[in-house]
Amino acid sequence: MSTALGQWLMSEAPTSRRQAILGNTYRGVRSIVTNPTAFVGLMIVALLVLSAVFAPWLSLGKSPLDQDLAGRLAAPSAAHWFGTDELGRDIFSRTLYGARVTLTIVFLVSVVVAPIGLIVGTLAGYLGGWVDVVLMRITDIFLAFPRLILALAFAAALGPGIENAVIAISLTAWPPYARIARSETMAIARSDFIQAVVLQGASTRRILFRHIVPLCLSSVIVRLTLDMAGIILTAAGLGFLGLGAQPPTAEWGAMVSSGRDVILDQWWVATIPGMAIFIVSLGFNLLGDGLRDVFDPKST
Amino acid sequence: MIAVEDLTVTFRSGGRSVHAVQGISFEVADGETFGIVGESGSGKSTVLRAIAGLVPSTSKVLEVNGRPAARRRSRAERRLLQFVFQDPYASLHPRQTVDDILREPLQIHRVGGVDEKVQAAIADVGLLPIHRFRYPHQLSGGQRQRVAIARALILNPPILLLDEPTSALDVSIQAEILNLLAKLRQSYSLTSILVSHDLAVVAHLCNRIAIMQLGKLVEIISAADLRAGTVTADYTRDLIAASRGFTRASA
Repeated sequence: MSTALGQWLMSEAPTSRRQAILGNTYRGVRSIVTNPTAFVGLMIVALLVLSAVFAPWLSLGKSPLDQDLAGRLAAPSAAHWFGTDELGRDIFSRTLYGARVTLTIVFLVSVVVAPIGLIVGTLAGYLGGWVDVVLMRITDIFLAFPRLILALAFAAALGPGIENAVIAISLTAWPPYARIARSETMAIARSDFIQAVVLQGASTRRILFRHIVPLCLSSVIVRLTLDMAGIILTAAGLGFLGLGAQPPTAEWGAMVSSGRDVILDQWWVATIPGMAIFIVSLGFNLLGDGLRDVFDPKST
Repeated sequence: MIAVEDLTVTFRSGGRSVHAVQGISFEVADGETFGIVGESGSGKSTVLRAIAGLVPSTSKVLEVNGRPAARRRSRAERRLLQFVFQDPYASLHPRQTVDDILREPLQIHRVGGVDEKVQAAIADVGLLPIHRFRYPHQLSGGQRQRVAIARALILNPPILLLDEPTSALDVSIQAEILNLLAKLRQSYSLTSILVSHDLAVVAHLCNRIAIMQLGKLVEIISAADLRAGTVTADYTRDLIAASRGFTRASA
């Protein structure tokens, strides 16, 4: 990066709205990149995204679905880098395509969970009184469901599939976010800068979305990133039990499951997708830890 | 401009009730600067917050700008009265630039000419255009308090409530902020109530001063009385003696 641009971004006296926002973003990105834990996590997550996006090219034209029964359970070789599974499908390309399924689930769950948690939590924390009591008791009810069991029940009732897995995971994942948002909101709501906007005549909606939610966002993002590992594991667990993505879709949990019978003789069938689950979960955990350090109010 | 009669504020928590303000009455005339002094916990800030509608209160009369102030205030009513808080480190949103903070009241009240008004407000409180896009953490305490004052005045309110606006600041900065407030009072023709525990500050800025103790009004005196020491209540005399500080003779 040229020094002039760097100086412009790091300027303590920005001259426009755009420069102030870009400068602040640049400082945030820099603090993530310079934090070793966050950086490793970010790289792993970036790798996941890249392999999901470029799966057709990276797999060198091998379809994850093409069967080759003559070459089933082949050991890793130059032709099949990670070997083949019980139907002769290339495990390397299946692992790459599996990243798409994982990423879809992770994305859909965060898109559902974070807004619900934020809205419920900030409303309860800001309005207090009976709104708080009602919303928090509802949260408690959802918190009482064991995640995997509820997911099983959903899959049984609605039929197995990624969408139902996402619904089941989301239903049990949002309450902690509501709790975090509520406690943060209760601390923020009494502060003078919120009183000041109340005195300016701002509506409750404006106060919540423009003043309180931005402050709750960082801890919700940290929590979400740390939760990703759990979400990926739950999704893989559902896949393993045959309740997540359905065959022939390449999904890591289902791949581990199919390699179970041959784990001693053909270790690669179950191990490779297992490694993928492990590395991606680790990546999200590292990123979450790093983000927590970066967002730590004491360090800024 | 402001009339308060028999104002009472009671906080209840867990079966215990605290009578923070007990039956206070006073009036503030148009253009006057009214001071409230008292020791910590005397309820002086609570009076201010009750007038602003930030804490629930009961009273026979609570008039703001000559009209009874409802418990739930409309946006137009809010515009009549603005507040400057004690701690400039807590009164500015940590993730918003000065520009965001000053634009907010204008956007809430859908006032046009936002850019010019923000520039004018920044100049009015003695800040420079380079401060406009800074975040609060990039400003000093005095500069932050100037931003808070600019935010309070940007809607041109007739009434300004000041809750110990200088007590969190350095002594040299205190004088700057007090002079700024004295100047703005003229140019914005403000009616204001200043709460402070510092007798010198109130004597400097206010026309009349209410002395409070333990949630009750002790007396209302003029600034001249305060400077001359011609007061009737013993508590006021004690307060004045205490403000002169330690003297070797009395030790």
